[in-house]
Amino acid sequence: MPHYAMVIDTRTCIGCTDCVDACRMENSVPEGLCYDWVVEITQGRYPELKTEFRSERCNHCSHATCVAACPTGASQYWNGSNIVVVDATICTGCKACIAACPYDARLIMQPQGYIGKCTFCVHRVQYGEDPACVATCPAHAMHFGLLDDPTSNVSRLLAGREHYVLAPETGNEPNVFYLR
Amino acid sequence: MQRRDFIRLSSAVASTALLGPSLAGCSQPAEWQRLMTEPPATETPTVCNICFWSCAAKVHTRGERLWKITGNPEDSHCEGRLCTRGTGGVGAYYDPNRLLKPLVRVGKGADQRFEVASWDNALALVAERMTRIAREHGPDRMAALVHGPGAAHISHLVRAYGSDSIAEPAFAQCRGPRDTGFYLTFGQGFGSPEQTDMANARCIVLIGTHIGENLHNSQVRTFTDGIRNDATIIVVDPRFSVAASKARYWLQIRPGTDIALLLAWIHVILAEQLYDADDVSRTFLGLDSLAAYVAAFTPEWAYGETGIEPQQIRETARTMAAVAPATVLHPGRHSTWWGDDTQRARAMAILAGLLGIWGRKGGYYLPEKVALPGYPTPAYPKPKSSWRDLTLPHFPLAGAPVTNVIMDNAYGKDAHYKGLFVYDTNLPMTMPGIRRILEEAARSLDLIVAVDVQPAEITGYADVVLPECSYLERYDPLRNNDEREPSIALRAPALPPRGESKPGWWIAKQIGERIGLGTYFPWKDYQEVIDWQLRQVGTSLAEMRKTGVKIFPRKTPIYYAPGETPTFDTPSGKIELYSKTLEDAGFDALPRYTRPKAPPEGFYHLNYGRAPQHSFSRTQNNPVLYQLMPENLVWIHPTAARRFGIRNGSYVELVNQDGIASNKVRVRVTERTRPDSVWLVHGFGHTAPGLFLAHGNGADDSSLMTRVLYDPIMGGTGMRGNFVTFRKGGA
Repeated sequence: MPHYAMVIDTRTCIGCTDCVDACRMENSVPEGLCYDWVVEITQGRYPELKTEFRSERCNHCSHATCVAACPTGASQYWNGSNIVVVDATICTGCKACIAACPYDARLIMQPQGYIGKCTFCVHRVQYGEDPACVATCPAHAMHFGLLDDPTSNVSRLLAGREHYVLAPETGNEPNVFYLR
Repeated sequence: MQRRDFIRLSSAVASTALLGPSLAGCSQPAEWQRLMTEPPATETPTVCNICFWSCAAKVHTRGERLWKITGNPEDSHCEGRLCTRGTGGVGAYYDPNRLLKPLVRVGKGADQRFEVASWDNALALVAERMTRIAREHGPDRMAALVHGPGAAHISHLVRAYGSDSIAEPAFAQCRGPRDTGFYLTFGQGFGSPEQTDMANARCIVLIGTHIGENLHNSQVRTFTDGIRNDATIIVVDPRFSVAASKARYWLQIRPGTDIALLLAWIHVILAEQLYDADDVSRTFLGLDSLAAYVAAFTPEWAYGETGIEPQQIRETARTMAAVAPATVLHPGRHSTWWGDDTQRARAMAILAGLLGIWGRKGGYYLPEKVALPGYPTPAYPKPKSSWRDLTLPHFPLAGAPVTNVIMDNAYGKDAHYKGLFVYDTNLPMTMPGIRRILEEAARSLDLIVAVDVQPAEITGYADVVLPECSYLERYDPLRNNDEREPSIALRAPALPPRGESKPGWWIAKQIGERIGLGTYFPWKDYQEVIDWQLRQVGTSLAEMRKTGVKIFPRKTPIYYAPGETPTFDTPSGKIELYSKTLEDAGFDALPRYTRPKAPPEGFYHLNYGRAPQHSFSRTQNNPVLYQLMPENLVWIHPTAARRFGIRNGSYVELVNQDGIASNKVRVRVTERTRPDSVWLVHGFGHTAPGLFLAHGNGADDSSLMTRVLYDPIMGGTGMRGNFVTFRKGGA
């Protein structure tokens, strides 16, 4: 059961949105839509300031509420992994998964109407390649790999650095990690 | 249509609208399902042209559909990773407003009406006017303003014709002061890529340069290498830039006072003897004069000018000296700010000299390029007059043609220049105050030709507009830069030219042949030139079409050897802390600090910079990059916003000290800007009606620069001496 994770280093992320751009090109994401996005959080008052950038997307949760909420089985785990995909051929566009996702990571595809989302670029992962966002990051701030392999770069990064996930309280067990 | 924000500020996650199209019996697979079984796409090598960094890349096509562009893994500029803009290069091909046919102007002056022409007629008109200018005035009376790698085609044509008045805004509107200041000190300026060894640095100092927002690919990569290596980052910036957010020391300098800080740093390093006096790699000219000169410039003095605490000035000076020569004092890039910019660069160069970082690991490495011969063509004729004749009386140490000098001599009946060739540079949004001059030039010159991919503002002033195809559809001169790892990169066409657009080499050759310069273009197709050049260095076009990049072994060391005493290309052969060249030309031999003008009551410093999503004013109409950043925001501090009752997200007009108002621009109220300054990204507020996406979006900072501070040394147009206040609402 391959357990994929993404590790993003907020120390080196510059918020350039290249991850968004590369995803949109790779996956031919329609105009105005995106599967990943960048959040800027600035705290403090001039000149005592702190700014953090975070590239966000589907967390490919180990306990994905969107998969559980899908009435047709369209939202599913790919090939026994934790990569969550939507089989558009059986998606009815009912939007139950959108309501179930704690990360606002799903959207309605235009004009077809099925539900779209980040796939961790499973079409690349199947050949052992990194997702497009990771492969393009000019700051080398993004990493992808197997969490169940202790020698993988993501495992080593998480072992060596303080990190956090978004909305851990949901119990979804998200798999996108942010290094502080 | 449901839209999503690509950039969400301060984590305010909006609820997703649950409205959308109903699913009408959808049974087709999703894009990812299609991609799972898709065969590999065709890959063609290119060199990115969205900015000047020129990363080698691969264009992925399926038939005539352009899928994506990715970095070439062999290339040191990008290491296989294009930046946001390069990734968005797809939009340069699909831009809905591209120029697809030649145009000939039917109006004059401010009247910008055109009609479509055939290539034959358009080229014949250019040839007839160029022939007439040569006959009646001499070919030296034609000037060219150019940018980018394709500029070589037009420069070749204009030199063969008999003129050397070929200027790039990259000099007098951008890098000129920096390169001049370092040249006067070390005998050498900086190139692209800058030879900053940030990957090996223990300390990185950025003075007003905002790596991260400026997305020059390998600069960003090596800057983040510095972060990963725990290098001490020192950022001097009035704004809490992205780089400042990564820094251990952020010095919130009062705008325009950099020289005061630099003099105080030099003071500390000399007073505390923080430099290695025995290091023979540094032979100085004028160390004693410098020491005597900076004695008065204490950190306490500098505090009064810069607002930076004396203790912070001392601490940062000691920090950068402690790990020198593994200290990168970044020279910056765009540096035409306050009119004393060459002296500012001189102060940086002097500090770099004292720290002994030139040619040293972790400081500035020594760049090298491939010895690539040029394709043999006849020697150029000697121009009857040179750009120097017009320029040096005004700006004695200008090392390259100055755009503003050319334009000042290119309008009116008695103007020196009678014709203007513009290639790939959008002067109206590059040079403050140029629109009035261009209108006059459009009335009075015998010929203005603009070669461009898109109907940019500049094309409106041209008599003839020649549509070039995008970089994805053409061969261009081989990339061969001075850099860490000498390499050659190929730009080959991945797609057929759209419409009737043509490559720059074809345009230059066609004009050349029509004005009797055919011998300068002794080839049928530019591929012959590239192949010939590649064969001289042991490869070929066929091989390069497969690899895109070829790396060559270095022939010279990347750093000076320990104990080596280098000779510099200065008159004395030494690092010239004291510049006799400047003194002889009537300037200060040591950099003088001049207190900049403070903003009038109720006004704010107008500061500007780059965004990672756009390059200058050339990408706002790119449909991919447009979606990432459709307009610029003006950053206003909360105190200013409160004072003027301006709400975050509302639109205002910026009004400068001379009452000139900008287009309406959206406000970002943020703590990240200094309370006495506003900041906005340059390149927005397009007025060209043909740019459907970009037109009218955001404010053009250059339209507010009615006060230009000329650098008397090299002619740079300082753009920072302008101030703005706010007018609510906006039209």
